[in-house]
Formats: sequence, structure tokens, C-alpha cells
Amino acid sequence: MNNFAYSRAADVDDAVRQIAAEPTARFIAGGTNLIDLIKEDVVRPTRLIDITRLPLRTVEETADGGLRIGALVPNSDLAWHPQVERRYPLLASAILAGASAQLRNMASTGGNLMQRTRCYYFYDVATPCNKREPGSGCAAISGLNRMHAILGTSEHCIATHPSDMCVALAALDARVRAVGGAGERTIPFASFHRLPGNAPERDTNLQADEIITAVELPAKGFAVNYSYLKIRDRLSYAFALVSVAAALELAGDTVKEARLALGGVAHKPWRDREAEDALKGKPATPDNFLRAADTLLRGARGFGGNDFKIELARRAVVRALGQAARGTPQSQSDKRIA
Amino acid sequence: MAQETVARPAEKFPAPAKVAIRLVVNGVAHDLHVAPWTTLLDALRDRLDLTGTKKGCDHGQCGACTVLVNGRRINSCLALAVMKDGSQVTTIEGLASGPTLHALQQAFIEHDAFQCGYCTPGQICSAAGLIAEGRARTADDIRELMSGNICRCGAYPNILAAIESVLRRDGEAGQ
Repeated sequence: MNNFAYSRAADVDDAVRQIAAEPTARFIAGGTNLIDLIKEDVVRPTRLIDITRLPLRTVEETADGGLRIGALVPNSDLAWHPQVERRYPLLASAILAGASAQLRNMASTGGNLMQRTRCYYFYDVATPCNKREPGSGCAAISGLNRMHAILGTSEHCIATHPSDMCVALAALDARVRAVGGAGERTIPFASFHRLPGNAPERDTNLQADEIITAVELPAKGFAVNYSYLKIRDRLSYAFALVSVAAALELAGDTVKEARLALGGVAHKPWRDREAEDALKGKPATPDNFLRAADTLLRGARGFGGNDFKIELARRAVVRALGQAARGTPQSQSDKRIA
Repeated sequence: MAQETVARPAEKFPAPAKVAIRLVVNGVAHDLHVAPWTTLLDALRDRLDLTGTKKGCDHGQCGACTVLVNGRRINSCLALAVMKDGSQVTTIEGLASGPTLHALQQAFIEHDAFQCGYCTPGQICSAAGLIAEGRARTADDIRELMSGNICRCGAYPNILAAIESVLRRDGEAGQ
């Protein structure tokens, strides 16, 4: 590994002061993505600021009946937290669909949001990559792009955000709390991550001197009619080719409210209000689910190796909405898809 | 070929100072001075000579480096030793009680749950973590929750049988 200095943040303000003083430094919590990137020489921080001793490890109810999740709550603790299991099982399921037990023990809530949107060219320093080295070109667009994005791409980058947890957080309308030099602010989940556009080197809208302190969930958890369906090359411990977080509120057979977020298809968790609105007030039938899928995928575009993802996503959306409507969410242990 | 001894011209930063840390490994306290970029895995193997913990991929993908830190299983290749200052670490060397093997070690022998053995310390530490978590009920659960440990020899059916046998024994003992 390249050399770096190491320091600990005494409190949140100290963390902000330290990162402001040394913009080439990085915060480190679980380290499961950052250490790997440093080993591969993809990122070269001059200093790692250890934030793991900050008091951001609690899960507590908010005044509006939601849940406030400290930025340092490990992914495994969050998935198995009694309140999350009972009120936000979509989130629990998505977390358990991601990574491995060891990585979930290490990885933090804030770190899951901050892991890099990436692809194998981003990791391969011998190839051009606009995300790693702005202006050098994108090797994926005309290269091997089986894993790559089909929605919201730009001519500069077609990498995907690999998180499962973030797909559920997007569907649940989570909010990100951050503290920086300019004070504290709340960022709606939909505007936390970015599409690549002309600046694929920026994955998020977090400012350079900001630190995530918590992720908040609104009261509504869709605990009855939900499913997280992840399609991948292996049955476990693999990134999604396509994943779907589906949540419905039903009145009898009619959809009162629908949430639909996709992973593995874009530079950020993909949410489409138009597709959700297309379901509202309609019966929960496969035909209507298919119409919502087609709406969501109306702008989808493949790059050769990933063309199959468009049809895969269409079918996965229909399947996940069906599972949600029946109240039979996808199991993350029994891999059969009903 | 001669070893390259010239400093890399790209090296922008002087080597930062080593950091004093204390790790309690298998019940024994060790005071160490480590460079910030020393992983827990390298500290265990190269500094403490505990080579039971294996380096496989060194990227958190294979699970050979799995150890328990404060009772939880993690990939020691992705953990910095400085960040684990003050922690309790359990490696494969610390599971047995004197001459008596840990139930998982005994079960791995009884079920022939390995061939080359390279992934085995990680498999066993991971299984110890899995049992402590108390979440695995079915064979499917065990498979899913052990997916962070790769076995290139393909001993998976016997690894599963070994872990199941210990889980079942623990379950019966608890009733």
C-alpha cells in the first residue's frame, strides 16, 4: 500500500476540521472499499482520519415516528436490529442480500453510501477511466460491459453503484444527515448520489468537508407488501446484475402507493416516480406491473455486453412487484424465486 | 534479478511515524509499533508469527483471513491494525482449549471438511462467528451466511455438514 498518515477524530467537529485542513485526506470507518482501493492504487489518500470512535452507533426513533440510524452502525447490526426487521424489512432484506457476513460486520451505514460507484476498468489502473482519471476516456463503453449501466449513463461513464442497502434506502425515501464547515444539513436520498454526466469522478453531492452523521427513515416502512429481488451471476456474494426494491401499499387489490428502486442498472440507485405513479390507483396485476416496468425502462440503453439487462430488469420488476403484492418477499437464504 | 532498492520516484510522502497499539490476541496482550498501512492480517502473521490466519486474495473476497475481533468475524486483510488498537482478537490458534480442540475443529476433522486446508482457518473462524450470531437455522441459512468463505477444493458439502453438526449439538445442549 502507498504510505499515508493516520489520525483519529476526537468528535464530529474535529473530523470536519481535519478533513478541511487536508483535502487529500479521507475518512475511514469500515474500510471495506477504501482499503481495497488503496491497495489497488486507485485512490491515494495522504491521510486516513479514523472516525470509528465517534458516538454515531445508535439507532433511535425520531419525533415523526421514523428511525435515525447512526452513520457508524454496522450493516449487520442494522439488518438484524429489531425495529428494522419489524418495521423496515425491505431494508433488512436488501442489506442481507449484499456482500458477505464478514464485510457486513465491518461496513458502516455511512460507508455503504460512500463506497465508490465503480467497474472493473475503474479498478484497473492500466486502462483509461474518467472516474479515476478525469478526461482519460472510458474503456467500458466499447469494452467488456456485461456488468454496466443501462439507465442514466453518459458518454463519460457507465459504471454502476454496487450497494443493495442504498436501493432500499432510495425506495424508502431516506434522508442523509451531514455536518460540514457550513453546518448541518439534510440531503434527500434521491439527490445524495449523482449520475455521471460530465463529472463522473464525483459519486455524491456530499461536500469535501462534510461527514455523514446519520441516515433517517420516515415512519412509513411498507412492512407488509415488499420484496428485494437480486439477480446475479452467483447465488450469493456477487454484485447485482439487476436488483429491485419493490414496496406497495394496497387497499384490497388496488395500489394506493408504490415504491420502485433498482440496483445494478445505473450510477446511482434508480428511482422513477413516473413508473410508481403509473401503478397508483390501478389493480395489482402482472399487466400493470409490466406497464410500470416499461415506463421505468423507457430510456434504457445497452452497450453490447449488457443489452440483456434491459429485458432482465423488465422481468425482475414484474416479479418483485408480484412478490410484494402477494406478501411473499424474496428470501435471501432460499434462493428459489417465486 | 537484483532487487530494486532505489526509492520510488513517485513516493510523494515521507514515511509517517509508526503508531503504538495494543492488541489482545487469543488472550495475550501485545504492544506493537505499526505503520498506519499495516493490515491486521499482516500484523498477526508477520509481527506476531500467528500464521494460522491465511492471506488468500488480500481483497476481502475469499475469507481465508477471517478472524474474530471483539467476538465478530471480519476480514483481517481489509482492517488496519492501528484501527483495532485495544481490541480482542481471536485467531484459529486461539480456539482450542489446551489439548481439546474447539467443537468446530473436531467437526471439520470428523466430516472431512477440507482438502488442501488453506481456507480452513478462515472457514472455522467464520463458522464460530456464525454460531455466535445465532441467525442460522437451516442449511440454506448456513450456506448463505458462509458465502464469504471460498473453498477452491470444493469441500462445501462437508463444511456445511460440519457446521450443521455443531449447530445441532449446541441446539440440543441448550434445550
